Amino acid sequence: MKKSIHVIAYAYAILILLFLYGPLLVMVLMGFNRSPLYELPFNFDLIWFQRMFTNERLLTSTRNSIGLAISVSILATFLGTLAAWALVRYSFRGRNVLQTLLVPPITIPWLILAVSMLLMFYWLKIPRSNMTLFIGHVGVALPYVILVMITRFQGMDRTLEEAARSLGASPLVTFFRITFPMILPGLVAAMMFTFAVSFDNFTISHFLAPQGVSTLPVEIYSAIRKGFTPEINAISGIIFIFSAVLILISSREIKFF
Amino acid sequence: MSSVEIIQVSKQFGAVFAADHIDLMIDDGEFFALLGPSGCGKTTILRLIAGFIEPDTGRISIGLSDMSGIPPEKRSIGVVFQNYALFPHLTARENVAFGLSVRRVDRNEITSRVNDALDMVELEGLEDRYPKQMSGGQQQRVALARALVTQPKVLLLDEPLAALDKKLRTQMQVELRQLQQRLKITTIFVTHDQEEALTLADRIAVMDNGKICQIGHPEQVYERPDTLFVSNFLGQSNIFSGKLIALENQVGKMVTDHEISLSTSWTRNKRVGEIVRLVVRPEKVKIAHQPPTGSNQIAVKIIHRVYLGTSTTYLMLPPHGETIIAFVQNEQSMPAFEVGQNVFTYWEAENCFLLED
Repeated sequence: MKKSIHVIAYAYAILILLFLYGPLLVMVLMGFNRSPLYELPFNFDLIWFQRMFTNERLLTSTRNSIGLAISVSILATFLGTLAAWALVRYSFRGRNVLQTLLVPPITIPWLILAVSMLLMFYWLKIPRSNMTLFIGHVGVALPYVILVMITRFQGMDRTLEEAARSLGASPLVTFFRITFPMILPGLVAAMMFTFAVSFDNFTISHFLAPQGVSTLPVEIYSAIRKGFTPEINAISGIIFIFSAVLILISSREIKFF
Repeated sequence: MSSVEIIQVSKQFGAVFAADHIDLMIDDGEFFALLGPSGCGKTTILRLIAGFIEPDTGRISIGLSDMSGIPPEKRSIGVVFQNYALFPHLTARENVAFGLSVRRVDRNEITSRVNDALDMVELEGLEDRYPKQMSGGQQQRVALARALVTQPKVLLLDEPLAALDKKLRTQMQVELRQLQQRLKITTIFVTHDQEEALTLADRIAVMDNGKICQIGHPEQVYERPDTLFVSNFLGQSNIFSGKLIALENQVGKMVTDHEISLSTSWTRNKRVGEIVRLVVRPEKVKIAHQPPTGSNQIAVKIIHRVYLGTSTTYLMLPPHGETIIAFVQNEQSMPAFEVGQNVFTYWEAENCFLLED
């Protein structure tokens, strides 16, 4: 009796994983199939990867995406860490309201955020540029950083800083020798996570990127509209594996997800 | 000189006084205990001395220099926290070396002083372990070595033994006292454990509600407490309230509310006719079928008996009035009295006292 329940639970888990990873697996495999029309039988070939590396538009947009994601992760992590520090360590008027207001932006659809940002920039008469794109990405990444770092700071014993002070360390020395090493894993996790958030983001980029600049997700979208080629499978496969590794590493630090 | 002076210091958190006009003088080299229940303000005093918080009013000096506005890192203090607060990303050796390295002490000197400090607390062989790889007692020793290696003027201890089990705690009490006497360092020790305060301290300040109730040597506060709070906090008390009816040759005679005559040789400045409270500690109370004449004596019935190995606790009820408790040493292997027996409980006039208020 007990054993049969065990088997059912196991089968159920496998089904869910298949449902989640099946399409991805098909996509990655088709990147290695010679036929451009996804025909079987499967003939192993690296032609789509070779094509991908000669496709200038695809490569440029990939470089754009990587550059954008790196700068977004650095700035968002820096700003978000300072905000989290203030929210945990100082009590001031409206702190609870601020902290509560951090959660909704995560649940609001990116489409709505993107449109509202576009409208705001239009209203402020700021034309679409690399800067608007950058600001938009930092904006959607910030709440994640703050939430990650708040849990990190809350988990850190405040008496450690007092102990350092009592031993003769100034506030600055205390930060660099005690606080910083202790939050470092959280910082790394936050940076990897925001990198992934920015790199994967289609909606914000679609609305806020200037004319002629495209990020990888935007490029993939327009390529599909023109006609799907397995080059997209090849690059999608690479991105999938890259993102999955980033999230897996950082999820060890992010416990509230 | 590393005396600590606290003059009229107050600290309020919201509407609550955590320290209410505190005056304290702690001598150079003294082992001073701040004793009280949780929330009485004892930790606040320690944090004020350390400089983690600033007093609202009043002044604190360490070694005769005013500490107002001086941050903790410039106060020459060593602190051992209740949870030890060891730096988790540093080894035992690096933890101990921290205070010296931020002071930019020469590298060779750091090595030798850290080794000395680790030897002092008997931690040889564990230098390269991280805090989480050590037991509670070992972490405690690292915390102590870390606080002492910078040769502070004052050592502040915030319930450092509370997290240890009873046997280890007793052992650490002895070691702590010996170490303190050897180094002759002014030490302020916060605890809620009255036994620990009595064992370790030269003097004890008993605190309640942000105020100091009584300051004195362990024998003074235990044997001659001023108030009911101090008496009850430091141990158990049998309390008799009544009226002082006579004073002769330093011996006061009182009659309790239940018409029992008792006398005491510790009458403070009470006058005949005043309402007073007499306290006798349970270990001073004896039991006999025929008590010696001249002692305080009450006819009682034994209602409960608890055997504790070295002693036996008896609960006894007089015809009128409240239960009397006695701790009797087990000098023979069998307890002498049975539950239900009618006996006399007695004690000498010099072994009981009147409360101040």
